[in-house]
Amino acid sequence: MSILEVSNLSLSFGGVKALQDVSFRVPENTVTTIIGPNGAGKTSLFNCISGFYKPQQGTIRYEGRELSSGIKPPKRAALGLARTFQNIALFRGMTVLDNIKLGAHVHMKSGLLGSMFYFGAARREEMEVRREVEHRIIDFLEIDHIRRQPVASLSYGLQKRVELARALAMRPKVLMLDEPVAGMNREEKEDMARFILDIREEWGVTVLMVEHDMGMVMDISDHIAVLNFGQVITEGEPADVQKNPKVIKAYLGNSDIDSLRKKLNPEVEVA
Amino acid sequence: MRIGDAKQTYEADEAIWTSSTQKFWFGLLLLILLLFPFMADSYLLYLGCLVGIAVISTTGLNILTGFTGLISLGQAGFMGVGAYTVAWLSLNTGLPFPVTLLLAGLVAAAVGILVGLPSLRVKGLYLAIATLAASVFLHFIFAEWESVTGGMGGLSLEPAHLFGLTFQSDFRMYFIIVPLAVLMVFAARNVLRTRVGRAFIAIRDRDISAEILGINLLRYKLMSFALSSFYAGVAGGLFAYFYRVVTPESFPLSMSIFYLAAVIVGGMGNLLGGILGAAFMTLVPEALKLLTAALTPFYPNAPVFMSPMLEIIFGALIVGFLIFEPHGLAEIWHRIRRFFRLWPFRN
Repeated sequence: MSILEVSNLSLSFGGVKALQDVSFRVPENTVTTIIGPNGAGKTSLFNCISGFYKPQQGTIRYEGRELSSGIKPPKRAALGLARTFQNIALFRGMTVLDNIKLGAHVHMKSGLLGSMFYFGAARREEMEVRREVEHRIIDFLEIDHIRRQPVASLSYGLQKRVELARALAMRPKVLMLDEPVAGMNREEKEDMARFILDIREEWGVTVLMVEHDMGMVMDISDHIAVLNFGQVITEGEPADVQKNPKVIKAYLGNSDIDSLRKKLNPEVEVA
Repeated sequence: MRIGDAKQTYEADEAIWTSSTQKFWFGLLLLILLLFPFMADSYLLYLGCLVGIAVISTTGLNILTGFTGLISLGQAGFMGVGAYTVAWLSLNTGLPFPVTLLLAGLVAAAVGILVGLPSLRVKGLYLAIATLAASVFLHFIFAEWESVTGGMGGLSLEPAHLFGLTFQSDFRMYFIIVPLAVLMVFAARNVLRTRVGRAFIAIRDRDISAEILGINLLRYKLMSFALSSFYAGVAGGLFAYFYRVVTPESFPLSMSIFYLAAVIVGGMGNLLGGILGAAFMTLVPEALKLLTAALTPFYPNAPVFMSPMLEIIFGALIVGFLIFEPHGLAEIWHRIRRFFRLWPFRN
């Protein structure tokens, strides 16, 4: 069953067609990846799904219901669509802990008056969130040593991890990751890949990601959609996508298909 | 020096004071605040009350500008709304002061929400201009709506009263103003360490991210405006009871700038900064006057020289502090604290 289904989506900015008739599906409890060259429209697609862009045509169905453009980003967050950004979008003035707690915002109720008095309901709620964040997220993502630090002082890899933590605090059903390992070293990439797989297996969360690192994409994805010039070329399992001549062409043009085959399929080279 | 503050519960970890040292110093501060009016002369008492009022208003503006990132030049206007509400209520209804002050805050909050409406679309300096327009508009209403505000002549009111007790003197007003200031700073502290306050800071730091986390921008921006002008309204109400006369000239535009300067000099997005900034902005001009008086026996011409210079010296002091410490007085205080953290060992 598909938890998220995009049908015939078109988006243009003036004369530029960012997305043309894009259709693909995200099967439930999988790691689904959107790949494609730069400027293919991957981030635009993400922005349509999270509600920042209003597509001119097409539908996005989430858990069987249509996400019309009237459903604004905060509402979509409350429905269980969480995401991270390509360029880290953390709150730089806050500590790691406060950033993660903000993820739980939609699941909390305290209003202005309750917060002013603090003692009683507001405090109880704060402590419940703190407990959940500590036990489920900080522990899981191995960031307990930095919870008091302001995010601005952290390394890039750790900031990415904190952003993932914040998205997890939203208790998502679908977690959208925009280039989760971009700019990371090998060790950080391996950690992140492990976290993504664990999130799917232990938390039962569906992961939808955009990523350029082919090694990682082929290793951990269950389902891949390939986007080029705003159109979906193909979708399917990693092994099929790798062999698809249209995909190879999109990445390298017509020439030198062999070297790209090697690039997309490293095992062949080893053998 | 303090060491070893391991915590057993999350409650203890998230308390305002996490060590007994901090509790001790705060207790001492409260004691000084309590004993101050019994020791101080009438001039110091007067200044103490002024600082208290300024602390409340600055804390309110700090929530809006320092924590939510919305620049406002309307704080004096909101204070005016509070002051006129108190004056009108005490003239026409005879309600006791806790009720009138609460209503002053609420009316100012309602006006604040109206003024904040453009904040979803306009940001930064543009919002400052929008709030500036609002404060000019409010000033116009204060001057022209004669049946309610008494026009340019303003309103005079009776002293605050409660259970037959009247608060005529500065000495008695001190016991309204300062406890209220302490309470309101604590309320602000509580807001800022829980869900609503985090949403404010999130909007300041990165509003797109805030939206993706499910924070409704308009709702929280208006909430911040409401809270900030509630503080201004209460401060304005206290102002009315303190001077017992309210005119349109009591709340000039320069007063809005005064509060914005207090927030910036103290440290934006830092409650302690707001308090220090309010005290600095209120007390330094007075200190300069005292300095002039102290110089007079040695230089008989000092008042002639100094009085035009006071404003310049005050301005230069502000600029100096901003260059010396752009994060405000609060940062200086934090540096001092850091020094004593491990004192007398390594630092």
